Order: sequence, then structure tokens, then C-alpha cells
Amino acid sequence: MQDEWQPSCSIELLHLRAQVLAEIRAFFSARSVIEVETPLLSCSSGTDPQLDFFTSDYHSYPLHQTLYLQTSPEFAMKRLLAAGCGSIYQICKAFRNGESGRFHNPEFTILEWYRVDYNLTQLMDEVAELITLLFNGRIQLMSTQRISYQDLFDSYTGLDPLQFCYEDYCAYALKSQSPEAIELCKTDHNAWLDFIFSHHIQSFLGNNSLCMVYGYPACQSSLARINKDNSKVTDRVEIFINGIELGNGYYELADAQEQNQRFDEEILLRQQNNRPSITKNTQLIAALKSGLPECSGIAIGLDRLLMILTKNNSIDDVIAFSIMRS
Amino acid sequence: MASYSTNEFKAGLKVMLDSDPCAIIENEFVKPGKGQAFNRVKIRNLKTGRVIERTFKSGDSLEAADVVDVAMQYLYNDGDFRHFMVPDTFEQYQCNDKSVGDASKWLKDQDICTVTLWNDSPLSVTPGNFVELAIVETDPGVRGDTSGGGGKPAVLETGAVVRVPLFVQLGEVIKVDTRTGEYISRVKE
Repeated sequence: MQDEWQPSCSIELLHLRAQVLAEIRAFFSARSVIEVETPLLSCSSGTDPQLDFFTSDYHSYPLHQTLYLQTSPEFAMKRLLAAGCGSIYQICKAFRNGESGRFHNPEFTILEWYRVDYNLTQLMDEVAELITLLFNGRIQLMSTQRISYQDLFDSYTGLDPLQFCYEDYCAYALKSQSPEAIELCKTDHNAWLDFIFSHHIQSFLGNNSLCMVYGYPACQSSLARINKDNSKVTDRVEIFINGIELGNGYYELADAQEQNQRFDEEILLRQQNNRPSITKNTQLIAALKSGLPECSGIAIGLDRLLMILTKNNSIDDVIAFSIMRS
Repeated sequence: MASYSTNEFKAGLKVMLDSDPCAIIENEFVKPGKGQAFNRVKIRNLKTGRVIERTFKSGDSLEAADVVDVAMQYLYNDGDFRHFMVPDTFEQYQCNDKSVGDASKWLKDQDICTVTLWNDSPLSVTPGNFVELAIVETDPGVRGDTSGGGGKPAVLETGAVVRVPLFVQLGEVIKVDTRTGEYISRVKE
């Protein structure tokens, strides 16, 4: 392959990426949110049951240690928050092993920010402002939609996502011509939610507009706080434009004990699913114990954002060198 | 037999699904940020030609199908079967009407076509993209007409019927695109 040395994206795209990065930095600078950098290499990784990580070997005699490439900068940024840095943002690379496709490159660019004293609604307002700014003069977006996960599920499938009724879910799989879901998901509520959401709902979200889905089922809390009025839902938001998942945000869990318990549950799940084992990040637990300020945070995939801004169909078209050329 | 994992799935890969040989047309990696990864695959059943969508959990695998495309020369039709031969080895294969399918109307003795074999038996036949066939039946042309503009039906030596320009005459050999069934040009003898 003689062309393999060449970038997978166009030169115009490099210019656009640089402009978008400058606009993001100006946006946060004007709001006194400070830019931070945290290590890409860490002594432990997230315990997400569905994420696979890259490892590296660190040698510095007599030390010989495995270091993990971060799957997200979340833990390190929360340690800064607990140390009292105030609102922060970061633009960095995140690494997820095995993720490759039209919307996935195993190494990708994340914009992640945390707002001290913001609840989820306030964060969603700011997300809408940033998206509006970045699309301004490039693509005309229709007005932003905000919809709860439960209403969304109900309107597209008639199912209740907060209450797992196996028979109803199976009946829906047959009706929606995805009988294989029954075998794939079995009695795993999370798997069912992921299957149905990604196959039968997501592509309809945010048709030429920003769509924010909030109030995820409690079983999909990840690092979000359980809603204080309804323990069946969690204060988590995901954002979509043109059916593409762009970002994931939380009203951040600050309870060290609950975080510790969630880590243990996720580690157990990873074991059951034969995924590489991981030790939990005790530094994060210690930081939460010392006190995480009330805050909300979100991560946005900048490569996908560029795909939408340029109407490109593949992530390879918006990054300088895709994994095959890296 | 070997098997393929979802991360090896790509267009053209031949796999076994529900005991039938199939070809992958499209493979999309689908993964909610924090959720379960799936591969959503568009797949053609090579026996029936039907295209279906099927989702797999990422990491699952499918058995490989022993399906190969072989260039063969069409020999003759004995009434029950059509016979083909691999030019290099002289190995012969016979195909029934079902496996020949629509290709039959483009098959002329001696022509090279593609026979798809599954476990060494013919599964389907694909004619060359372009074939040259003589016209055995068509209305007389109209003088002065030099290009398309309507055209007329013409029956070819293999039985296929294609629309040809009015100036094309009985007995002439024409070039046809078998994928669209459209007339391309006259062939100068």
C-alpha cells in the first residue's frame, strides 16, 4: 500500500479540527473553567464491565509495573476536583481496546469537563450552549430536545425500561424482528436495554438537532448519582445528534462507600464475563472520602462531533491517522 | 473448519448461519459508550439469495463456510443439468436449474462464468459482467434512426430479451451488461 503513509483525513479537516479546539478553549476560558492535563498512563483503569483497556510495561529499575492507558480521564480529574481545583476541562486521548468501526477508533479524542456546584440540568444547559456555538455558521441545528429515558423507551417500544419484564421484552424482540436478542440478552436487563436502545431507538435521536436523554435506569448508573426523588433512575445524561452518541454526563457520585461498592460489583461482573481483571482505583476512593465537591461532568467525543460537522460517514475521515495507519 | 470472530467480519466473508452458507454484505460495530458491544451484520443467504440483518455479541464467532468462486467454462445443457468445466484442470461440474437461476439466460457455450461452490458442489452461477450474444429475433429497423429514443425488444440466442436501439438488426451480435440487462453496443464481427 503506497498511500499508507498519507493521513486518513483531508487537510481541510485538520484545519477545522484546530478551529474547533480553539473555539472550545475560548468557550471555557470565557467561563473561567481551567484546562488541565492528567496522565494518560495510570496504575489502574476504570472497572467498566464493558470496556477493555490497553496495558503497557513500565521499567525503571528496580520497579517493573503494568501501567494502563486511560479509558477516560474521569478518575484523575475527580482527584483534582477533590483537591479543590474548581471547575476544570481537559482535551485528551482515551483508549479502548477492541473498539473499531465506523464510529469507533481504539484511540480517540475526548473533551471532558466538570462544573462545581452544577446539577445535571445546569450542565445540560451548558452542553447546549457549547454545541450551539460549535455548530454556528457550519450546520443549522433545530431546537434542542430533552427527553427522559423512560419516556423515550415508552414512545418507541412501549416497554418500561425501569422495570424488567422478561416476557414483554421477548415479545418486543419478536415483534421488532430481532429474535436473536432473546438468545443474546437472556435475562440480563442491561444487555436488553443496550440492544433495544442501539437497534431500535438511537438512530432516531437528534435528527439535525441536539437530543439529550436523561434519567437513565439505575442499573446503568456507571458513575452517576441515583436520583434523590426516584431511586429507579440515575442522574445521567447522554447526548445525540443525527442518531450518533456524542457524550455521556453525570451528576457525579460523591459517596466513597457507594463508589467502592460499585467498583466491587463491576469487578465481579468482569470476572463473570471473563474480561481481563483490574484492580480498583483506590486513589479515587480516597479522594471521594476526603470530599468531592457537588459537581456534574460530561465527556464528549470530539472525533464524532467532527464527523457530524463535516457530514462524514466514518471516524477515519476525521482523524489524521486511523488505527490502520497509526 | 475454521471460524471467524466478529472482529474479523467484513464484506465478502463466507460463513455458516442457520446451517446455510452465507456471505457478509455489511458489518457495523455498534456499542453504546458504556454498554454491550454488538456487531450488526447484513448477510446474504447464498442458497436463497435472501438478505437478512442479524446481530451478534462482539466476540462471538461463526463457522467459516467452504465457499469459493471458480471461473469455469460453460459447456452444454443436457436437458436436466448444465455442465461447466474448470479450464485449467478440465474438472467438470453439473448444475441444476435452481443453482443456475437467472444466469441461464446469459449462458452461451464456451463462455467463461463464475460458479460458486459450497463444499465442492455448485451453489450458484454468475455470468460475466458483459456477454456478447447474437440477435435471433427482432423487428426490422427504421432507416435513419441512429440512437436510442425508444428502442425495440430483441430476443438473443440464449433466450434473453433486451431492449435495443431501432437500428440494430436481426443476426447482429451485441454486447449486454448482465447486471442490468441493458444493451451496451453492437459488436463488430
